[in-house]
Amino acid sequence: MQAVFDIELTLLLEAIHLRYHHDFRRYATASLKRRLTQAMAELGCQSLSGLQEKVLREPEVFRQLLSFLTIQVSEMFRDPDLYRALRSDVVPLLQTYPSLKIWVPGCSTGEEVYSLAILLREERLLERTLIYATDINQEALRKAEGGVYELERMAKFSEAYLAAGGRASLSDYYTVAYGAAIFDKTLREDVVFSDHSLATDGVFAEVQLVSCRNVLIYFDRELQDRAIALFRDSLCRKGFLCLGAKETLSFSSLAPHFDAFVREERIYQKR
Amino acid sequence: MKPEGQVAPAPGAPQAIVIGGSAGALEALSLLLPGLPADMTIPIVVVLHLPRRRPSLLAGLLGRGLGRPVREPEDKEPFAPSVVYVAPPDYHLLVDKGPSFALSVDEPVNFSRPSIDVLFQSAADVLGRRLMAILLSGANADGALGMKAILAASGLAIIQAPEQSPCPAMPAAAIFLCPGARVLPVEAIRDCLHGLGGAGTRRGQGTP
Repeated sequence: MQAVFDIELTLLLEAIHLRYHHDFRRYATASLKRRLTQAMAELGCQSLSGLQEKVLREPEVFRQLLSFLTIQVSEMFRDPDLYRALRSDVVPLLQTYPSLKIWVPGCSTGEEVYSLAILLREERLLERTLIYATDINQEALRKAEGGVYELERMAKFSEAYLAAGGRASLSDYYTVAYGAAIFDKTLREDVVFSDHSLATDGVFAEVQLVSCRNVLIYFDRELQDRAIALFRDSLCRKGFLCLGAKETLSFSSLAPHFDAFVREERIYQKR
Repeated sequence: MKPEGQVAPAPGAPQAIVIGGSAGALEALSLLLPGLPADMTIPIVVVLHLPRRRPSLLAGLLGRGLGRPVREPEDKEPFAPSVVYVAPPDYHLLVDKGPSFALSVDEPVNFSRPSIDVLFQSAADVLGRRLMAILLSGANADGALGMKAILAASGLAIIQAPEQSPCPAMPAAAIFLCPGARVLPVEAIRDCLHGLGGAGTRRGQGTP
């Protein structure tokens, strides 16, 4: 039956590409299979073929499926040591630019965008920075733009914020209403939330920093290389690339275009 | 059904060994891993439920005096012989084609990230009958569905005897779901693992 599932998987991804122009054909198989198995159960389908029929005929089902396939549960200040390294090693160099552009591809619901914006404000860089926050999931982008998160997540985020070298209290950056934490609008004054696919779209700006963490783990190596090439082509000379704690350029053919800048925190610098 | 008693590797030596556990599993691992014969080169992949601390101390803890490398795999890293891999904290660890490693930050499964089910199910999918799985002492039901998937794919599933486990809930949940699994005391699991070296993996193809 496993072989049948694999055939259905190939067909489903092809169907989605033809019908909706979203390209999941080069996503890492292991996670994709897990998420599709979950989606089948939630959407009441016995097989991927059954799911494919629904997806092709009902755009609303595709919209739901897209959430299963793309929404990452991200966190604020995940890996506090990375933010510490950004403050101590990267910020001094960013301060030499009169204006800054930063790209957060695969920003999902925006937790990392606000983390970066807070760090930049505390380092007095936010007012000269434009952040591009991109994702292929419109629903996630809307949530990111709203900047409203469940209040019960704030305890963990606050702890991470302090561990990341935060200079104030995380609660200084949000207000509480209706059981939710609403982040300060001025943090996103110069954030552009936009639809962009690392699988199908191209370069759109020259930036000094790309922060793309725990997004590439969902891609296969070929798609990873496509994305990394986009980062290279978008970064200015000596621009910075931040990856997730377990992501590396070591297996990429584009490794020669980057130097490890803070190796243990996966901060790379374009050559 | 395989005959009782003698535990032989699944037909064809396993290409990988996956081990899962939580409370009480570290003690079992410290009996299982030391002294593995040098010609037992099958990669071992370990998921333990531990506090989400980074950097994790587990690799250092297990690696002490082991005589073989113990490390957290990178995303997409291919399996290498004789290495013991431990899941990084706060990531799911999956097996992908190759076999190689894949990581995810998808939601916790059974309140756990890494989850044993996630590793075991993905390993069963890629390695099928060429997989050996060991489920150790632990405090929740994570791993039971994974063991079921491994048996369904004709892999070898071994569960630490619950009466001998400091925390019997995890083995008991898996035994309930997987009547076809071997249930063994940790000493017997050790013999089985250590017997995989050299001739063990060549399965009676005659002596040279």
